[in-house]
Amino acid sequence: MKSLAELQAIRDRMRSQIDLRDAGDDRIRVVVGMATCGIAAGARPVLNTLLEEVNKRNLQNVTVSQTGCIGVCRLEPIVEVYVPGQEKVTYVKMTPDKVASIVSEHLVNGRVVEEYTIGAAE
Amino acid sequence: MKEIALHALDIAQNSTAAHATRLDITLTESDGTLTLALADNGVGMSPQLLAQVSDPFTTTRTTRKMGLGLPLLRLAAEQTGGTLSIESTEGVGTTVTAVFLAGHIDCPPVGDMGTTITFLLQGTPDLHLCYRHRVGQRVFVLDTDQLHDQLGPDISLAEPEVILWIRDYLQEQELLLRENEEMKA
Repeated sequence: MKSLAELQAIRDRMRSQIDLRDAGDDRIRVVVGMATCGIAAGARPVLNTLLEEVNKRNLQNVTVSQTGCIGVCRLEPIVEVYVPGQEKVTYVKMTPDKVASIVSEHLVNGRVVEEYTIGAAE
Repeated sequence: MKEIALHALDIAQNSTAAHATRLDITLTESDGTLTLALADNGVGMSPQLLAQVSDPFTTTRTTRKMGLGLPLLRLAAEQTGGTLSIESTEGVGTTVTAVFLAGHIDCPPVGDMGTTITFLLQGTPDLHLCYRHRVGQRVFVLDTDQLHDQLGPDISLAEPEVILWIRDYLQEQELLLRENEEMKA
């Protein structure tokens, strides 16, 4: 059984990493739509898998965050990827299965997974 | 929305939008009812807005004139013979309370409250959240102050390693509530 005191060990481990982290502009942002439409369409397991993958690969330059309704509710769950200096990429009708390839191809190797983008869906 | 936990995740974001710094989420399962209450200290609503807030064609968003979170929760609660009530005072905060009759065939399962609370913290790591889940005589309480006591001031709850630990911790505690309930039965 877990106890809250385990967080102290995580804290000590992280303190050393945070200093090494680049402070700002070249971080990749990954945003998951978590409004009523996103949640109803299954955004929660998508965000769950995304966090697991980012943590598993220890991607220090990736920030995962949440946003409200992106505006194309029929294509939810939607995940947007912002790589600094590049155009935003919008992935639609996301499932936990699609997350792993987006993390490995796009976030790690810098190759957009075209077949899951809004451009391919429309 | 197939789970009460998904409604909770959705409705809680109204509190964030209302600039709440503190949110109390209480889920109580006893005597054949299931009660979900969300109480915040956000900006609150005017009597006019409060009167029309369960109407799907009302929203505080400016992009489109629709909001479905509260209407869907009202529908889900009333379908089981339960109720939805909203109390709100401008400048003080808002409390939303949904009561479900657990024995009704349309009552949704509680679902994964652990992940719901986790993602609320991931989305708004600075929110002071107090979560209470009571099943019969058993209670589980998580206050974000407890987490910050262990983590110190520098580490955000939204850090992937931290938030995944919190998720596993919450899921374990949620399971314990159920196990105890089954042992009693």
